[in-house]
Amino acid sequence: MLNPKQSDKLASIILYTIAGLVILILAALVGYILVQGVPHLSWHFLTSSSSAFTAGGGIGVQLFNSFYLLIITMLISFPIALGAGVYLHEYANQKSRLIQLIRTAIEILSSLPSVVVGLFGFLLFVVQFKLGFSILSGAIALTFFNLPLLTRSVEESLRSIPDLQREAGAALGLSRWETVGHIILPAAVPSIVTGVVLSAGRVFGEAAALIYTAGQSAPALDFGDWNPFNTASPLNIMRPAETLAVHIWKVNSEGIMPDAAAVSAGASAVLIIAVLLFNFFARFLSNVLYKRLTATK
Amino acid sequence: MAAGTQGSLNLTNEQPDRHIYHMDEDKHEIALSTKNLEVYYGDHLALQDADLSFERFKITSLIGASGSGKSTFLRSLNRMNDDVATVKGNIMYRGLDINSQDIDVYEMRKHIGMVFQRPNPFAKSISDNITFALKQHGEHDKAKLAEIVETSLKQAALWDEVKDDLKKSALSLSGGQQQRLVIARAIAMQPDILLLDEPASALDPISSAKIEDTLMELKKRFTIIIVTHNMQQASRVSDYTAFFHTGQVLEYDLTRKIFTRPKVQMTIDYVNGNFG
Amino acid sequence: MDSIRESLLKKSKATKKDRFARVITFSALLLIVVVVISIFLFVASKGLATFFTNKVNLWDFLSGKKWAPGQTNAQGQPLTGALPMITGSFLVTLIAALVATPFAIGTAVFMTEISPKHGAKILGPVTELLVGIPSVVYGFIGLSVIVPVMRHIFGGSGFGIIAGAMVLFIMILPTVTSMTVDTLKSVPRHYRESALALGATRWQMIYKVILRSATPGILTAVVFGMARAFGEALAVQMVIGNAPLMPKGLTSPSSTLTSILTQGIGNTVMGSLENNALWSLALILLLMSLVFNIIMRAIAKKGAM
Repeated sequence: MLNPKQSDKLASIILYTIAGLVILILAALVGYILVQGVPHLSWHFLTSSSSAFTAGGGIGVQLFNSFYLLIITMLISFPIALGAGVYLHEYANQKSRLIQLIRTAIEILSSLPSVVVGLFGFLLFVVQFKLGFSILSGAIALTFFNLPLLTRSVEESLRSIPDLQREAGAALGLSRWETVGHIILPAAVPSIVTGVVLSAGRVFGEAAALIYTAGQSAPALDFGDWNPFNTASPLNIMRPAETLAVHIWKVNSEGIMPDAAAVSAGASAVLIIAVLLFNFFARFLSNVLYKRLTATK
Repeated sequence: MAAGTQGSLNLTNEQPDRHIYHMDEDKHEIALSTKNLEVYYGDHLALQDADLSFERFKITSLIGASGSGKSTFLRSLNRMNDDVATVKGNIMYRGLDINSQDIDVYEMRKHIGMVFQRPNPFAKSISDNITFALKQHGEHDKAKLAEIVETSLKQAALWDEVKDDLKKSALSLSGGQQQRLVIARAIAMQPDILLLDEPASALDPISSAKIEDTLMELKKRFTIIIVTHNMQQASRVSDYTAFFHTGQVLEYDLTRKIFTRPKVQMTIDYVNGNFG
Repeated sequence: MDSIRESLLKKSKATKKDRFARVITFSALLLIVVVVISIFLFVASKGLATFFTNKVNLWDFLSGKKWAPGQTNAQGQPLTGALPMITGSFLVTLIAALVATPFAIGTAVFMTEISPKHGAKILGPVTELLVGIPSVVYGFIGLSVIVPVMRHIFGGSGFGIIAGAMVLFIMILPTVTSMTVDTLKSVPRHYRESALALGATRWQMIYKVILRSATPGILTAVVFGMARAFGEALAVQMVIGNAPLMPKGLTSPSSTLTSILTQGIGNTVMGSLENNALWSLALILLLMSLVFNIIMRAIAKKGAM
């Protein structure tokens, strides 16, 4: 048997090994994608259309679709999450059974597999409401997927503003809404923005909820046509729109172009870099906003 | 708690359990009064049986140990406790029971303002702190707003210190200045009654003294009710004093009487610092 | 005097606006609840159709080993045995969790107890970042690295349970680690100090005091990781081989609920038995995510006692 001192030493060695292994795995993971993918990145790759059968296709349309879908998703989900978060933290009676039940429901929504959320979107919007495979269907599915987290982050942001501020407003005869709208929300902006950008990163990389809602095809877009009602217009929200994440899946599981591996490596690298940027951007933005908010004028 | 009575001299054995000074409405102008006020936090009865009248343009101190119910009472007066507690009984103001469902709470609080223990200025400029609520309530005349900023800051004895930095963030002020700004913000609303919840307890002695001076000045225009832990402060600034103990008002009288000849044994013990 | 009395008795504009805002924000909240309820109703109605409309026996569905909903067996019963996928889902999830747990705990202990400096500076931000990496990227890694390695070691195609479990292991590792770190950090400081003051070695302190008191939190992290793994679709679908057969070994092509679901739903006709059977798989996924949720709640409740 080992004495306590020896086992302490052994445990330390094991822990160092485990931590080292994990760093190795994770570094290899990111390193592999960047090493494989970055050399493939070029202006041509980032801007040209994909090709189904021949080498040399790009991800231009997919990249645009990912961003456009992200924006539409945020436009739909942010107001809802904001409203829900404000009600939960500013109006709701925290002890009420109903509110506890609603909280449970939101938690359940956040833990549902995204493929199930996607299939529900498919069933209801693509099939039932006949929206077809479209950006709109995709954005709604992503909204469902996004709402619980975004709501929670709005609520957390509101929670970080001290109650003293609410009392200050109330004591001046301001209604709850005036206090929230003009005092609490502005003060919570930095942390709300961080939450939004972080959730944007998640939405940007989501694929399972999209393959049956926004679809798996990326028809060529006419980047000279900005009338949202034209079929080839990039702004048209009723067109099918394969995103970058869906493209990676599609290329890998069904792709027959000769450079499938290179295309997916390049696309994965772009995706990872985008997530990285979202992360840095979130930190940067919240710092800047925080400074501006508390700075002396 | 009754242990305090054992050691001290008991001159008469027939001291009353409670002594509440009842104001004669003909002789005193009453700004606010409560009747049978009871406050529950859930099932817990935090305050019972509070019948107090507050005279206009006077300062009334509410004293008592922590948990005695004095802050609960104060916060019930302009219904700041609505969300967390059940308040029963009447609060009479201008002949209306403002503890009733028919009362517009936000409107009422314009007339019964409040200042809290910890300074809570908004993360806005000094002048915006004062004008913000006024603008929300519909005052947009810039000249008038500027005038209100000046007079209320003067009344709160802060004007001289900040008159050149009105656009500076309120958060850059010291704690004592912030608290006076908050008082200025409250009186800019021109309330009838000002409720203060230990306004000087988080401040240093100098700031605290300035706040006291401010209060003496303010009572010319406002009826003031103040919760305080500081006996000297209570005896210095207030005209009336109410002593709270375990959720009840045990004694209410002229401050002079409370601090020189209290009638209730508990008050004697508390005022002399035997517990607290 | 009178005007003030009047204004107190009238509903002010601020009050009206406030009520309006209350209604609007509550509607937003309600909308989320409606979404949750609709998801359950729709998926349940579709998923149960297999049993009520197509008269498939529930037990046959859960225990049948042959999945070919378009075909019928000798008795004329459709072949809707979902056991291969159920087995596949549970296997990949369990293996991924079994491998990830020691790694996650080890790393978390390293980050919080052994080398907080490195933990805070390097490992922490890196794990946070990796939590956000899209699952298709993990699938791509699986396809281009893990599957070839498996092929090399075990022969065959390389697709299979092990490949799926490895992808899921890497995918949930950052999440489980960062949740474990949060739990360990929340163990009060004086626990550590009093253990060390009693003469415990660092390892004894970690093992007997910190890990013991953090057990509920660690369990929650692991179950959370399992829930994610169980519900993950594309990353697994890319590497498991998608053969709806009972897994013969851990390295032969198999399938999970999610992989068959994503593959099949586009190739079947709405309302057909083939389609309904797939919705039944979705219903199982939905119920399992509820089960994981309940387990996490139970752990939290027990931990709080």
